[in-house]
Amino acid sequence: MISHIIIAPVLVHLFTAIVLLAFWEKILAHRIISIVGSLLGLIISVRLFTRVLNGPILTMNAANWDAPFGIVFVGDLMSTTFVLLTSIVALAVSIYSATGVSKGRIRYGYFPIFHFLILGLNGAFLTGDIFNLYVWFEVIIISSFVLLTIGGRKPQLEGAVKYMTLNILASTFFLTGIAILYGITGTLNIADLSQKILLVEKRAIVNMTAMFFVIGFGIKSALFPLYFWLPSSYHTPPSAVAAVFGGLLTKVGIYGFLRVFTLIFIPDDFIQLLLMGIGVMTIITGSFGAVIKNNLRRIFSYLILCHLGFVIGGLALFTEIAFIGLIFYLIHDIIIKSNLFLMAGLIRQLRGSMDLSRLGGIYGQYPKISLMMAVVLFSLAGIPPLSGFWPKIYLFDAGYQSSNYFFICGIIIGSFITLYLMAKIWSEVFWKDPKEEANSLDHFAPMPLFRKALLVFPIAFLAGVTLMIGLNAEFIIQVASKIAGEMADPTPYIEAVLVK
Amino acid sequence: MELLLVITMGCLYAAGVYLILKRSMVRLLLGIILLGNGTNILIFLLGNIVKGHPPVIAGELQSLTDVYSDPIPQALILTAIVISFGLTSFAIVLLKRVYAIIQTDDLDNLNTPEEEDI
Repeated sequence: MISHIIIAPVLVHLFTAIVLLAFWEKILAHRIISIVGSLLGLIISVRLFTRVLNGPILTMNAANWDAPFGIVFVGDLMSTTFVLLTSIVALAVSIYSATGVSKGRIRYGYFPIFHFLILGLNGAFLTGDIFNLYVWFEVIIISSFVLLTIGGRKPQLEGAVKYMTLNILASTFFLTGIAILYGITGTLNIADLSQKILLVEKRAIVNMTAMFFVIGFGIKSALFPLYFWLPSSYHTPPSAVAAVFGGLLTKVGIYGFLRVFTLIFIPDDFIQLLLMGIGVMTIITGSFGAVIKNNLRRIFSYLILCHLGFVIGGLALFTEIAFIGLIFYLIHDIIIKSNLFLMAGLIRQLRGSMDLSRLGGIYGQYPKISLMMAVVLFSLAGIPPLSGFWPKIYLFDAGYQSSNYFFICGIIIGSFITLYLMAKIWSEVFWKDPKEEANSLDHFAPMPLFRKALLVFPIAFLAGVTLMIGLNAEFIIQVASKIAGEMADPTPYIEAVLVK
Repeated sequence: MELLLVITMGCLYAAGVYLILKRSMVRLLLGIILLGNGTNILIFLLGNIVKGHPPVIAGELQSLTDVYSDPIPQALILTAIVISFGLTSFAIVLLKRVYAIIQTDDLDNLNTPEEEDI
C-alpha cells in the first residue's frame, strides 16, 4: 500500500535540523527546538508503527518511479519498530543533552548534527534500495564523525582517527559489494534483488559478494575480529553522544545483516557456520574484555560487543524461533545500551569520575536514583521477569532445537559474565563506602531542581520503557513473532514493493 | 579499454590497502583516497563500457535492441565521488588537528584513549 507517512520520520528531523541551523549560537532556542523536534518524531513514529502493526506493509516510490527502477521506501514491521526505538532514544538523548552537553559544544552545532544523525538512522531503516542504504550510512557516519570530535579534546581526536579510518574502510567494502551485486543482477532494489539473485548461475560469485557485506557490516556493527575501533573510541565523547552511538549506531550494521541475509543472500551451511563463529567469538571476547576494565564506559563498550554476538548467533541459526529471540533482544538492547551510557554520564556528575576505584556510596546518598539504575542493571543481566530474560528463552530454545550447543555455551558464558559485571558495578559504585573527597566532586547536588530533573528524567523514561518491555513481554513477543514471520518468509515484502 | 581499467582498478585497490597498513597518517589518508577511487572504477566497469551506444531509444523502436552503456553506474559513481569528497576533506582536517596536537605523524602514538584510566 502506497503511503507518504513513511518518509515523515526522516523529514521531521531534517526540518528540525534546518530550523536549528537558523538559530545558530542561541543555546536556549537550540535546547527547546531539539526537544520539540524529537517529541514530534516520536509521535509520528508511534503512528507509523501502529499503522504497520495493524495493517499492510507501506511503501513509497520516490518521484513516482515504479519499484525496481526508482528508489523505494518500505515500512514493514521491522523497519518501523527500529524507527520507533530510534525515536524513543532520540527523545531521551535530546532532553539529557539540554544539560548534559556543555555550552561550548552546543554553540558549535551539536544539536543540528545530532538531528542529522537521527535523520540518517531513520532513512537507513526505511529505505528499500541497497545503494540508498549506502547513502544513508554515509549520512550517519559523517554526522557521527562530527559528534565524536566536537569539543576537540586530545583523546577524542585520537579515538576519532581509528573510528574514522575503519568506518570509511567499511563503507568502501560495502560499496564494492553493492557494485558487484549490481554487476551480476542489474538491479539495486532489495526486493528485486532477492528474486534476481536466484537466477545467477555462478554461486561462487554470490558467496564472495556476501563476504563483502559481512566485512562491511561487520566493521560497522563491531563484530569479532573487526571491533577494535569501538572500545577505543566510544568512551571519549560526551555521555549523550556515547548513548546514541552505543544504542543505535552498531544496530544499523546489525539491521543491514538482518535485511541482506534474509532477503538477498540466504545463508548456506558455510555462511551459517561463519556467522555462528563470529557471533560466539564476539560474545566471548566482548565479555572477557569487559571483565578487565575499570572504567564504567569502557565496561559498557565491551558489553555492547558481547550482546551483539547473541543477535548474530541467532541469525546464524536461521530458524523462526531464533528470529523471535533476536528481534526481542534488539528491542531490549537498543533502549538499555543507550540508558547505560546516560547513567554513566549521571554517575560522573554525582562523583566526578567514571573509574570504579574512585566511585562508591551512591546508594546511601541517592537511594531513589540507585534503585532506578538497579532496574536497568538487572534487566541487562536478564533477571526474570525483566526484559533481558525473555529473549534468552527463545535463543536457548532455538539453540536446542538446532542442537547447536556451541551457541548455547556462548549465551551462558555471556550472560554469566554480564551478571558478574552487574554485581561488581553494583557493589563498587553503589554499595562501597564513598571516598572522602566525594562530596567536593559532586556536581549534581548544587544544581537547581529543574536541571536535576532534566538529567534524571531521560534515564527514568528509558528505565520505564525497559520495565514495560519486561512486564508487558507478551505484546513484544507478538510484535517479534510478526517480524520473525516477515524475515522467514519475505514474500509479502517482495509483493508489497513490486506491486504491479 | 576495459582491460586497462581493470588493471588500473587492481593497482588502486592494492596500493590503497598497502598504504592503509602503513603507520604514517599521510599514507593512511592517501590509502583511503586510492581505495575510494578503485571502487569508483569498479562501479564504472560494470556498466558496459562501449563507444557510441547511448541508452537512448530510437524514434521508431519500443525498446533498446543493441548493446548500450548503462547510465546507472555513472549516476552511482557521481554520488560516490561526492560522498568520498566530503569524507576525505573531513579526514584531512581531522588528521591535521591530530598532528597539531601530538606533533607526530606516527599512528602508534595515538594511545591516550587506551592509557587513560583503564
